[in-house]
Amino acid sequence: MNELVIALAIGLLAGSGTWLLLRPRTFQVVIGLSLLSYAVNLFIFSTGGLRSLAAPFVRAGAPPDPALLADPLPQALVLTAIVIGFAMTALLLVVLLAARGFTGTDHVDGQEGEG
Amino acid sequence: MSGWQQHLPIVPVVLPLATAAVLMLIDEQRRAWKQGVAMASSLLLLLVGAALVRAADQWAGQGVPIVYRLGNWPAPFGIVLVADRLSALMVLLAAVLGFAALLFAVARWDRAGPRFHALLQVLLMGVNGAFLTGDLFNLFVFFEVFLAASYGLALHGSGAARVQASLHYIVINLTASLLFLVGAALIYGVTGTLNLADLAQRIPAAAAQNRALLEAGAAVLGIAFLIKAGMWPLCFWLPRAYGAACAPAAALFAILTKVGIYAVLRIWLLFFGPAAGASAGFGQDWLTIGGLVTLAFGAIGVLGAQELPRLAGFSLIASCGTLLAAVGAGSAAVSGAALYYLIASTLGVSALFLLIELVERGRAPGADLLAITEEAFGGFEAEEREDVGVVIPAVWAVLGLAFVACVLMLAGLPPLPGFVAKAALLSALLAPDAVAPSAWVLLALLMLSGLATVVAASRTGVRIFWMPEQQLAARVRVIEMLPIVLLLGIGLALTVLAGPALRYLDEAAQALHAPAGYIEGVLR
Repeated sequence: MNELVIALAIGLLAGSGTWLLLRPRTFQVVIGLSLLSYAVNLFIFSTGGLRSLAAPFVRAGAPPDPALLADPLPQALVLTAIVIGFAMTALLLVVLLAARGFTGTDHVDGQEGEG
Repeated sequence: MSGWQQHLPIVPVVLPLATAAVLMLIDEQRRAWKQGVAMASSLLLLLVGAALVRAADQWAGQGVPIVYRLGNWPAPFGIVLVADRLSALMVLLAAVLGFAALLFAVARWDRAGPRFHALLQVLLMGVNGAFLTGDLFNLFVFFEVFLAASYGLALHGSGAARVQASLHYIVINLTASLLFLVGAALIYGVTGTLNLADLAQRIPAAAAQNRALLEAGAAVLGIAFLIKAGMWPLCFWLPRAYGAACAPAAALFAILTKVGIYAVLRIWLLFFGPAAGASAGFGQDWLTIGGLVTLAFGAIGVLGAQELPRLAGFSLIASCGTLLAAVGAGSAAVSGAALYYLIASTLGVSALFLLIELVERGRAPGADLLAITEEAFGGFEAEEREDVGVVIPAVWAVLGLAFVACVLMLAGLPPLPGFVAKAALLSALLAPDAVAPSAWVLLALLMLSGLATVVAASRTGVRIFWMPEQQLAARVRVIEMLPIVLLLGIGLALTVLAGPALRYLDEAAQALHAPAGYIEGVLR
């Protein structure tokens, strides 16, 4: 059940993100990229296997039992990916504003086309 | 086999990072300080690169790469940096380009915007890290580091054209980074490791029902690399972004496409080399055909380019196509020659990007378009003009000579290394008894693309250098010619020393195609 929900969420986010990414307005592109990065982050998280009530670390004193542990690596990866994605989105927003300032339009090509 | 050499691989990452930190602390007004620090660091990086090549060659002679374990954690668990012959050489190449770009920028471009020097150092750090890292996720991190710096450098100097081109460049690369993450996550999900050497061991043993997932992951990862490498149809962003960037940045960006090529070469051969069992050779046809189409696209683009920066951009695409097709041939001899071509073409394109800015500076805006209209409609100038005894100013003579040298390098004509590279590539391709059909296509395309480069460049060259009325008084400083001469001089040295260079690169390629030493060295 968990797997189904996560899979649907990733699919929905990735689908809407891709659609927005292909839109002609820069703001839509930024939101599209953000949604896509959420989808990717969830996806990375899910590669470690989904389980509840499992900590990604070993308790002191108790013998480590891999069956009770969550995989810590995807969680660490996802943190890195979130930070990098966040910083890049911020940078993109600045460039977006600069482009709007230079061209006077929020079209991705700097001039109004159809759509 | 221990001692100081063991610690060399970390230096090309830490040195530019520390320099960038110091540069951030120096006020923008203290230009001389900034230039001094950046220059000292770049020179040091050059020395480190040379030392690394030497050390890697010595170590590889004994069958292992230099492995630097961060925090001394054992390999599949900790992070490793690995310097074999190829990565060491790529680090040296990046250092050369970085030094040339810095030298060029010191004359005037570093004044066009803030934090130029720091961004350049961060870019070098990311590129070096990408060449040296031994695990997939750190490859992603280093990709992001140099991409972030490249966004800053692409925007350097500002202006509507740069901001517009950068917007596309950033969006495309962010999307590529997301694909990278998807690919890395899929591969991790199947194999449970991100260490490249460990992956190379586990992929042949992957369960049959997971194999499709693994290959899908590798394909997605490959798309991310090929966007960087500029394979058709993923390369339409390249001429515009590189053409709009300021000259030193564009010269440095010539190495970024090669990072993509390097990643394909390294990871494809580690994952899907002959030892990969059921997955051996996965994606080989895609690389070959994609490379051939890219080469054709680049050649057509070179012919059609009406402005010099676009011409340089398309010749970069053509060189990437050649490399991908050569990698796709899947033999060590061809890969060795391809590596030589990689160095020659990178030096040539980089010098061309620097040269273009000097040439364009001395010309009236819109001169290209004017010249084309003149050609098309028969010219507006007086017909009987006395051309005898026209004096070409010394600056233009030097620029013209440098332009010819760049073209010889890119088109693959003697005496510059482009020729040696193409000759070595073709002789390696045609060496086997049964020559693959794709090798004949590559041969034909290589010849044609060389011809296209010569045709396009001589047309442009005539238009620029032999039409004195369009020339404004160009002000070129010696320090701006120096990096171009340096890059072309290294090219000439590569021709003279083609024997040792090809020997080194051939051994590097042998190690790539038979990575047992690499795997053992990392996991030991």
